[in-house]
Amino acid sequence: MLSRLGHRLLAGIAVVLGVVTLTFLLLHLAPGDPVDIMLGPSATAAQVSAQRRALGLDRPVPAQFATWVGRFVRGDWGTSITKGRPVRAILGDAWPATVRLVVLSLILSYVIGLAVGVVQAARGGTRTDTALSVVTVTLFAIPGYWLGLMLILVFTYWTQVLPAFGAAGLDADYLTGGRWLLDRLRHLILPLTALTLIGIGGAARFVRGAMLETLTQPFITTARAKGLTTRRVLGHHALRNALTPVVILLGLSLPALFSGAVFIEAVFAWPGVGRVLVEAVQARDYPVVMAATAISAALVVAGNMLADILAAWVDPRLRASA
Amino acid sequence: MSRLLRDRRAAFGASVLLIVLICALLAPLVTSGDPASQRDIVATRFVAPLSSDVHGVFHPLGTDRFGRDVWTRLVYGARISLGIGVLAVLVSLVMGIVIGALAGYWRGPVSLALLGLTDFALAVPRVVLLLLLAALWQPSTALVIAVLGLTGWMGIARLVHGEVRSLAARAFVEGAVALGARRLRVLARHILPNALTPVIIAAALGVGNAITLEAGLSYLGLGVQPPTPSWGNMIQSGRDTLVNAPWVAAAPGVALVLVVVACTLLGDALRDVLDPRTRQS
Repeated sequence: MLSRLGHRLLAGIAVVLGVVTLTFLLLHLAPGDPVDIMLGPSATAAQVSAQRRALGLDRPVPAQFATWVGRFVRGDWGTSITKGRPVRAILGDAWPATVRLVVLSLILSYVIGLAVGVVQAARGGTRTDTALSVVTVTLFAIPGYWLGLMLILVFTYWTQVLPAFGAAGLDADYLTGGRWLLDRLRHLILPLTALTLIGIGGAARFVRGAMLETLTQPFITTARAKGLTTRRVLGHHALRNALTPVVILLGLSLPALFSGAVFIEAVFAWPGVGRVLVEAVQARDYPVVMAATAISAALVVAGNMLADILAAWVDPRLRASA
Repeated sequence: MSRLLRDRRAAFGASVLLIVLICALLAPLVTSGDPASQRDIVATRFVAPLSSDVHGVFHPLGTDRFGRDVWTRLVYGARISLGIGVLAVLVSLVMGIVIGALAGYWRGPVSLALLGLTDFALAVPRVVLLLLLAALWQPSTALVIAVLGLTGWMGIARLVHGEVRSLAARAFVEGAVALGARRLRVLARHILPNALTPVIIAAALGVGNAITLEAGLSYLGLGVQPPTPSWGNMIQSGRDTLVNAPWVAAAPGVALVLVVVACTLLGDALRDVLDPRTRQS
């Protein structure tokens, strides 16, 4: 198990390095650079070349890349070209918001999705199953940003019960204790609901499939023949075995959830990594894009590894084969 | 086939897709006028659904802030959105089948390199790559198709790889080789046709996915550029008028959900019918 983890870790680092290299090449191959955006169309050629030299953009691309990697590894992530703030400070402010949103939504959507999927499998083929299938397939199909807009329409504009933009109110700095918490929670509800509802669709569909597949296995027939109650067969025998693919999916869905969060953050002006990334890409803010890409690639790799570890924890057979 | 026709999911999915397709193909017949035309903006903007503007023109889904008919834009947008979805999946299919087949049939360094490439591409955060590619080059419809296609082939490559590997060991393939057929011919004539079932299912699901992603990119302003209507940029422009005219953002969203649901149900039904292992229910 440990040696396999070591292998995975090495492969993961290689993937992150590859993604970072690819990003760097794309940034530098694409037409246009940040200096054009910073100085505008009226800048003279001399101003442009002076600015390019100041940012180190006049050096050969491989040299720029080597410098960037060296600095990044040592913790110097550079300074944002558009904002003038250190990249670490920008991302340091942003990542807790994204992690809060993504982790909470992951937990909620899997708890609810698991429950819905098990109920569907237990009543396979009945009207309950069909009705829930209609709901989950629809949730699965809804684009997050559109669901977000519709939630804003209903809860912010029409009924005016929940705030739609940002992670805290304008007066957040003056709130303390319970009122501060309430303000934060009220801002969290809509983005979290949007992200969770979509997650439930995918999770429930998958759980239902895994459960139905497990229920056809001979050991389930044996358990039934032994006279166990349906509840025990489902909970103790079927669910445990259906859990392996579900847990693997959970780890694998972390990157997808992060991708979904990019759009949700854009809709709700949620101050997370996704929004930082979208803004930075549009402004050609090289240092921010590079750091944000490296972090999201690391997140994807970590999600895959987490899936492996969790799967081995749930299913002892996977431990033996390692 | 008859099993497929009796499946309610397949029937629903196929009819939704057929209706949307017919509307999109016959757009000039089912709508009135040009999707980008703007006349007398002040008098015709924000007309509510199911009512007529001051000129007596009926708008089934209302008008947007430029007085453009939402239904007309929705139908012309379907051409763009569906077209992008289908073409992007075609690009993914070609790439995935070629890479998967080569990796599955030619063992050795080629296979290892291709599988490594696939694993690497799978680990790249797709949305990050989409954002980069779409933001760095001038946004256009062709770019969106290329970007979605180039980031969507890995699942198909893996499916094809697995199928080809298991088929390559079967007796009928060994027979073909023994009869002296060339390797490429064996691959194209004997192996691939038998490996396509899961690929077709993945493609059906992929179209829905590609349409959603196109809309997401257009929503961020990185996809199809206005005034050309796509469902994504319609939702985006509806966002700004959410209070005055919620129907502008709602209509393309509902259309999108319907089409994606249809693709998903059709894919599910196809899998159940084509894959004998799940035929128990």
